[in-house]
Amino acid sequence: MTASTAVGTAAIRTEGLSKRYGRDRLAVDGLDLTVPAGSVFGFLGPNGSGKTTTIRMLLGLIRPTGGTVTLLDGPMPRAVGQVLPRVGALIEGPAHYGFLTGRQNLDRLDAADPTSDPRTRNARVDAALAKVGLTAVAGRKARAYSLGMKQRLGIASALLRPRDLLVLDEPTNGLDPQGMREIRTLIRGLAADGTTVFLSSHLLDEIEQVCTDVAVMSHGRLITQGTVESLRAGTRARLLVTTPDAGAAVVVLRRLGATDVVGTDDGVEADPPALEPDEICAALVRADIRVRSFTLARPSLEDAFVALTGEGFDVTD
Amino acid sequence: MSPTDALPKTGVLSPAFGHSTADAESFGAERLPRLRGLMRSELRLVFLRPRTAAMLGFLALVPVLLGVALRYFHDGGSSRGGGDGGTMDFVNQVTGNGLFLVFASLAAALPFFLPMTVGVVAGDSIAGEAHGGTLRYLLVAPAGRTRLLLVKFAGVLTFCLAATLTIAMSALAVGAALFPMGDVPLLTGDSISMVEASWRAVLIALCVAASLVGLAAIGLFVSTLTTVPVAAMATTVGVVIVTAILTGIPQLSGLHPWLFTDAWMSFGDLLRDPIPTGEILRNLGMQAAYAAVFGAAAWARLNERDITT
Repeated sequence: MTASTAVGTAAIRTEGLSKRYGRDRLAVDGLDLTVPAGSVFGFLGPNGSGKTTTIRMLLGLIRPTGGTVTLLDGPMPRAVGQVLPRVGALIEGPAHYGFLTGRQNLDRLDAADPTSDPRTRNARVDAALAKVGLTAVAGRKARAYSLGMKQRLGIASALLRPRDLLVLDEPTNGLDPQGMREIRTLIRGLAADGTTVFLSSHLLDEIEQVCTDVAVMSHGRLITQGTVESLRAGTRARLLVTTPDAGAAVVVLRRLGATDVVGTDDGVEADPPALEPDEICAALVRADIRVRSFTLARPSLEDAFVALTGEGFDVTD
Repeated sequence: MSPTDALPKTGVLSPAFGHSTADAESFGAERLPRLRGLMRSELRLVFLRPRTAAMLGFLALVPVLLGVALRYFHDGGSSRGGGDGGTMDFVNQVTGNGLFLVFASLAAALPFFLPMTVGVVAGDSIAGEAHGGTLRYLLVAPAGRTRLLLVKFAGVLTFCLAATLTIAMSALAVGAALFPMGDVPLLTGDSISMVEASWRAVLIALCVAASLVGLAAIGLFVSTLTTVPVAAMATTVGVVIVTAILTGIPQLSGLHPWLFTDAWMSFGDLLRDPIPTGEILRNLGMQAAYAAVFGAAAWARLNERDITT
């Protein structure tokens, strides 16, 4: 842990951040977001919920129509030149010059950073290529790269220098399962070194695996933010008992204080009473109920997410 | 040992988020290498592009076609006209002296072929990056909007020079191969030596390249307006065509002195002795004025633009 993870510092802080397109389309509406330094922060939301606009405002690409952004203690977009060298970013997928090689692409982006040292450029480019496993194809033109290789090259550009903050928008998009694992391992490793990671993804199990904190956006507003645990705690666990003696089990569970008890094909399911799980199980067994399996199903982040943003499939506006 | 062990860590992983003074110092001290790095990268971007090679190859063909046509299909002989510095004066001189092919080719390419290629490069400069999505990565790098615009403009100007020199070099080679070389008769009647004529040829090439500065700035500005590079290229080339049409309408003669193409042919004055500098300086001043106006417009536009691609 480095000092940058000290309690109270925020890697990203927005206050009343808003973006209005035209007269009345509010893409982002009064966002108050706080990303603690040293966290791996999951940024969730359905398509069209304003995530991308928010990320672009954080990085000074889009000018907010209201509110403020503070990135690593620098006001954006005013402090772009001072702050962004310490930020690596992958925004809405990678973009490259097809007629340049992978190495030339990284060389150009590094040269674009006025604070990067040209004497160490080649070494840093090679190191970044190695980190994402592209060394073997570094001399090939980016046009000939597969989707996954382009994605890796995009991530490599975010890793050209040691960064204090990484903003990664859908980093595992287009990667094969091995690639996804590698990138997750990479993110965990960077986070362990004290880099704050701001991760936007649709893959909820991915967020669940790597993130410590989450924020959920919907319709341009922030619905909730907090630790992954606190978000999950919002939805209650469900008790699942597999047994051939369903009728008797229903009676016992009701007597213990369980609510919403329903019989299923192979047993019973209920909202658990306020008892320890082992006590419930013991009570069932004492009543001569043949318990084949006994599960307290913890709600997934996906359940929590759907509970917050609704089941609707249509793109919102 | 992780790959990052080889990297310098001072000032980059600063323990707190405050800006250390070490950062500020290296920021100022390396001013020159900073621009050089991105400038070198920009030149590589412009000149490694296959399209640029195709355009330069096309421009190199202009003197070849002109030379072959004059050598084998020209029946007018070498009438020595004093004229007013138009294309035909050079053309008529070519058969007598190969060096005149340089002047004739530049005069032939300046009205349309050269502006067309400059329109492509200038129109693509910002719009191409925006279209490909690389603009957002350059700005997040952070290249800085003003710095990026300056480098892009410098890249386009370098292309203007390269395009002009390509024609000049090709014309010199073709002229030497197909026609006699020797003392060069000036438009005013005197003759100058090959050596002095070569210097004047260099000056003429520079003057032609400088004539394209105004158009380059217009193209750069148009390029900041859109994310569709083809639209920016077509618009810039369209500006040249519209200007040519306006020039052809005598009723609009009051407007003509304000057009960036108005003094383009002034480079012919460099073949007179003594050199009348009035028109040449007016041309340079006009290009500088167009560069200032459209450069400022491009800067204002790029600085307030939301990058959504």
